[in-house]
Amino acid sequence: MSASSSVAPPAAAARPARRRGGALRRFLRHRLAVFGAGVILFLTLACALGPYLLPFTDTHIDIMQRFAPPFSGAHVLGTDALGRDMLARLLMAGRISLLVGFSAMAISMVIGIAVGIVSGYYGGVVGTVLMRFVDAMLCFPSIFLLLAISALINASVSSIILLIAITSWMEVARIVEAQIRALRARDFAVAAEALGASDRRVMFRELLPNAIAPIVVAATLNVAHAILAESYISFLGYGIQPPTPSWGNMLDSAQSYLTSAPWLAILPGLAITLAVTSFNFIGDGLRDALDPRMDGR
Amino acid sequence: MTQTAPRVMQDEEDVLDVRNLGISFRTPAGEIPAVRDVSFRIRRGETLALVGESGSGKSVTSLGILRLTPKPPFCSITGQVLLRGRDGTVRDLASLPEDEMRDVRGRDAAMVFQEPMTSLNPVHRVGDQIAESIRFHEGLSRRAALDKAAGLLDLVGIPDPRRRLGAYPHELSGGMRQRVMIAMALACEPRLLIADEPTTALDVTIQAQILDLLRRLQERTRMAVIFITHNLGVVAEIADRVMVMYSGRVVEQAAVRPLFRSPLMPYTRGLLRSVPRLDFAGLGREPLAAIPGTVPDPLEPPPGCSFGPRCGGFLPGTCDAAVPPLEEARPGHQVRCVRWSALTGEAA
Repeated sequence: MSASSSVAPPAAAARPARRRGGALRRFLRHRLAVFGAGVILFLTLACALGPYLLPFTDTHIDIMQRFAPPFSGAHVLGTDALGRDMLARLLMAGRISLLVGFSAMAISMVIGIAVGIVSGYYGGVVGTVLMRFVDAMLCFPSIFLLLAISALINASVSSIILLIAITSWMEVARIVEAQIRALRARDFAVAAEALGASDRRVMFRELLPNAIAPIVVAATLNVAHAILAESYISFLGYGIQPPTPSWGNMLDSAQSYLTSAPWLAILPGLAITLAVTSFNFIGDGLRDALDPRMDGR
Repeated sequence: MTQTAPRVMQDEEDVLDVRNLGISFRTPAGEIPAVRDVSFRIRRGETLALVGESGSGKSVTSLGILRLTPKPPFCSITGQVLLRGRDGTVRDLASLPEDEMRDVRGRDAAMVFQEPMTSLNPVHRVGDQIAESIRFHEGLSRRAALDKAAGLLDLVGIPDPRRRLGAYPHELSGGMRQRVMIAMALACEPRLLIADEPTTALDVTIQAQILDLLRRLQERTRMAVIFITHNLGVVAEIADRVMVMYSGRVVEQAAVRPLFRSPLMPYTRGLLRSVPRLDFAGLGREPLAAIPGTVPDPLEPPPGCSFGPRCGGFLPGTCDAAVPPLEEARPGHQVRCVRWSALTGEAA
């Protein structure tokens, strides 16, 4: 018997070691997701570097060139009602909008994961109270909540980020709570506890990594949601205040010229659509790529 | 760790001394006593088999020793669980604060679970999972802990241990995973290993290998082993002593030979009769007998002996009068049955 114990079960020996980056491979096979990732990469780079390369700043007023249409002169994408270069404004607005999107996502993820993991792990009274609070928060239509609060506070980029974050963490909390509650009962959680792991260690090292796929998907969708939310409130005049451009407030100021200078609305609208759909595509791609059941296909 | 006063443990060789352990769960339907008045001792190098049907309280007993049952108020533990740790100090696990309990788990006492397929975390490499508890309990660096983990994998008979450190659990077979689980449990050289049906989920041939491995490791480390199983063949193979449990109580306890040769409790005899025998001598002699009925509802236990309603030797007025005491029938052989001498035809 002691001799046979040194023989590897053939199934395990024959199976090749797991190919690293299997998830990446599956993601790259998802064409729309790759397209989305490319667009976001391009937008991010353009917004980060573009303004340094342009001859105009976003606040430079060229009063002689008001309402210049795109591709008609020195201003590649035309100018607005004050003669400001549209491309420069779009890129600067992109900085703000993407910053809001990513930061709001990060904050909402931290809140959502913290609430979800605590209520999912401990359950009982703590879990019930936290999750009923989540339910209560979800009862408010978030757009009205956003508008109501933003009417009260002084709008700045950081306050808008916080505002969007505190109205969008609930979905994440529910996802994480459900995942952790299911994983909590799994044997490996008990086994880790039996080897002396603390609650925090079990929560963050054993359970959370197993729930990472839905969390990452929720995160990408949250970025899209945050960009949209920022656009709403800026469009309605409560968000980022001019002269700081954002895609939302550019749309807002384009309202009066919809017929005479449609590009003022079309360009930021296009930017929002492109960014939001790209993030959604990435989310879809990640959902498929990180699903362990897709392994080996 | 400093406030635990030295407890009385008669023998230096004793690793675990459980006294009047009681575990009860609070449910909406009422307080359910899952384990009642369980007392036993294990010495170094000894293997105690815990035997019983599903619901007899054997798994709860083992979880209760390490306090892995739900936290109060959902579950309460009474009695004493004295464990002599690696450093020789004796602690009462039933009353130890939770943070000290964490130090005990995995270091002084460890556990191997039934399902090797699900007891390993699917997202971590097995090397990291073994190293985790070594780093945690012994404060080693990751590299040193991984070195030790490779040594452990070698010890539990996994070939090419260095390479296996980087494997994920899904790349290993059931037997290999159970070996990894055993390596994890042994990582800090515990004095006590609790194995909760460690071979039940495995193929028969792999079962034999794992039992063999456990026995060799025990010889090497002189750890005490509590082996929980409902497989009496495994008991005969591995145990020194056997404790039979029924509806939360110990009903018979003896060394393995006397228990198999002359079981005194009708329940134990029923268990032994219900084992399919493959040897030729047993063929056709005694029909395979199932014990009629099921384990009683813990919320409404029958009066007196809890095995009474299923027992062939049930005598109204005697058996349902009171819960029988655990009686020392012979030296080292205890039985909880008032009629054992009448039923077995032996003198008390």
